[in-house]
Amino acid sequence: MSAFAKGLAVLLSVAVLWGCSSKTSELDSDTADAAASGTDSSAAVEVSGADSGTEISGAEISGMSAGNAITADPFNDPANLLSTQTIYFDFDRSDIKADARAVIEAHARYLADNPNVRVTLEGHTDERGTREYNLALGERRAVAVRQMMALLGVSSRQIDVVSYGEEKPAVLGHDESAWSKNRRVVIVYSGR
Amino acid sequence: MLSVDLLKSGRMFLVALWALLLINNPANAALTIEITKGQQGALPIAVIPFGWQGPAPYPPQNVAAIIANDLTISGRFSPLEEKDLIARPTEGRQVNFRDWRLLGAPNIVVGKVIAEGDRYKVQFQLFDVYREIQQVGFSFEASGKDLRRLAHKISDLIYETLTGERGAFATRIAYIKAKDGQAGRMYSLFVADVDGHDAQLIVRSSHPLMSPSWSPDGTRLAYVSFENGRSMIYVQNVLTGERERVSAFKGINGAPTWSPDGKRLAMSLSKDGNSEIYVMHLGSKRLRRLTNHYAIDTEPTWSPSGDFIAFTSDRGGRPQIYQISAQGGGKAERLTYDGRQNLNPVYSPDGKRLAMIRGEGGSYRVAVMDLENKMTQILTDARLDESPSFAPNGSMVIYATEYMGRGVLSAVSVDGRVQQRIGLQEGGDAREPAWGPFLSNK
Repeated sequence: MSAFAKGLAVLLSVAVLWGCSSKTSELDSDTADAAASGTDSSAAVEVSGADSGTEISGAEISGMSAGNAITADPFNDPANLLSTQTIYFDFDRSDIKADARAVIEAHARYLADNPNVRVTLEGHTDERGTREYNLALGERRAVAVRQMMALLGVSSRQIDVVSYGEEKPAVLGHDESAWSKNRRVVIVYSGR
Repeated sequence: MLSVDLLKSGRMFLVALWALLLINNPANAALTIEITKGQQGALPIAVIPFGWQGPAPYPPQNVAAIIANDLTISGRFSPLEEKDLIARPTEGRQVNFRDWRLLGAPNIVVGKVIAEGDRYKVQFQLFDVYREIQQVGFSFEASGKDLRRLAHKISDLIYETLTGERGAFATRIAYIKAKDGQAGRMYSLFVADVDGHDAQLIVRSSHPLMSPSWSPDGTRLAYVSFENGRSMIYVQNVLTGERERVSAFKGINGAPTWSPDGKRLAMSLSKDGNSEIYVMHLGSKRLRRLTNHYAIDTEPTWSPSGDFIAFTSDRGGRPQIYQISAQGGGKAERLTYDGRQNLNPVYSPDGKRLAMIRGEGGSYRVAVMDLENKMTQILTDARLDESPSFAPNGSMVIYATEYMGRGVLSAVSVDGRVQQRIGLQEGGDAREPAWGPFLSNK
């Protein structure tokens, strides 16, 4: 655990340096990649999106419990930030809240260190407001997470974004306790 | 004068008639319609059960019951109850106008259904009871399966004669149903008659379906399906089932709405970074981008003339309604200033009004704005309204709302005085209603 933490600390500094030194060019090439990949990348989204789509509430548990050879799976360790894969948002907002930054940083570090691992960022909203507006808002939330990850050195090729708007609530219900759990971005791993 | 004997025999006849009503109203209504707010002084009208001449004991449809139900759900008429029908004329010369004047019914509808081989002749007449004149009368011919539609058409003729406004009973409504089952949540796109009958499945998926939009000729629906894991736009012919995926760009493919000429779709795409309004020519699939802003731009809707597109944008900090030339170019004009949020605009068929969802004080309600004087009236009093859609005659707005924890549809007259609640017969959530256009006579 402590060795792992040290590794992460090293990764962190690398990632931060990386992000600082090459911010502009990295973002530019991201955009070019995204535009060029077009249909191909959407095909990848089809698969991962469909898998995760069937079990939003269970995805975090069942998806991640299939851990392989790693002795202490950080994704299952409640003490590890990687075990948190859901980022919550305020109503009609897409800015990342202070308490979510450490979680996104942890995932960014992991992704920067494992360039073959991919994630889909699934953007969701609560049911208030209209459906198509919420589809756009869900995307904006997922893009906000992607931008932060990109700044931390994650390649755009590793990140897919899909918005479900208000169509796939994590919690059914028509009050703030349900809504607050539905305004979220879920980080769904594939190839880990 | 009525004798006591006549009244008694009338009641006995009534019992027999109830049995007929039950037989002829099988539980095939996919939607249940309830009037939750009726117009004060809805006009009484006598709709007499139609006569029947044919080999079977009953006609395939109870035409008069369908007409009476149509007139009831309009909120503008209150057909006399069965028990108050003191006579059962089936044609004009049998009507004793004095009797109906005594009952306070200014109008009476009579008619009959006659079997002719495997087809049916349906005739009806509408009379002014006070002036003792026929106001409208027609004779039609139809197959058994078209009798419901014919009954709606008769409702349209009666409604138009009495209100001066074209009837919309022979139109259809598309809606999404979401229901939990053994295989998880299933999403279905249905099309049903406005009285909730004859629901027809268009597409079903284990992934969300969204945003149905009618082509102006009522033959096709555009909609959003997540069947491939993310939003894509499809166009499906509702008669043949044939469908085409028209938009599967990277990112969001959403909010399709048909141009009035039926040749284009306005839509919201985020392929260039964030959601923007585009117009796609359906023949060539060529796109024209109409907006270019880092804010959310979505929910486009065409003005009936085809000149303008109104849409939702949060470029001012919160979602509000803007309007832009459908040809592209020019600046977007902001249309709404009242209310914290205004979303999902839709033009009235005459282009004079804009219905939308107004978000304020934690509630989302249906509002209608007069485009001339910019005055807005909030029509509903719920908290989670969405997806407004005008009836093709502009008389009502149908929308989705929440009732007792369920997604239901509701319709409200543009003056706010009449309201109906439309629920799913077999449970589940109903959402995203789209009121179809007037259909040609075919």
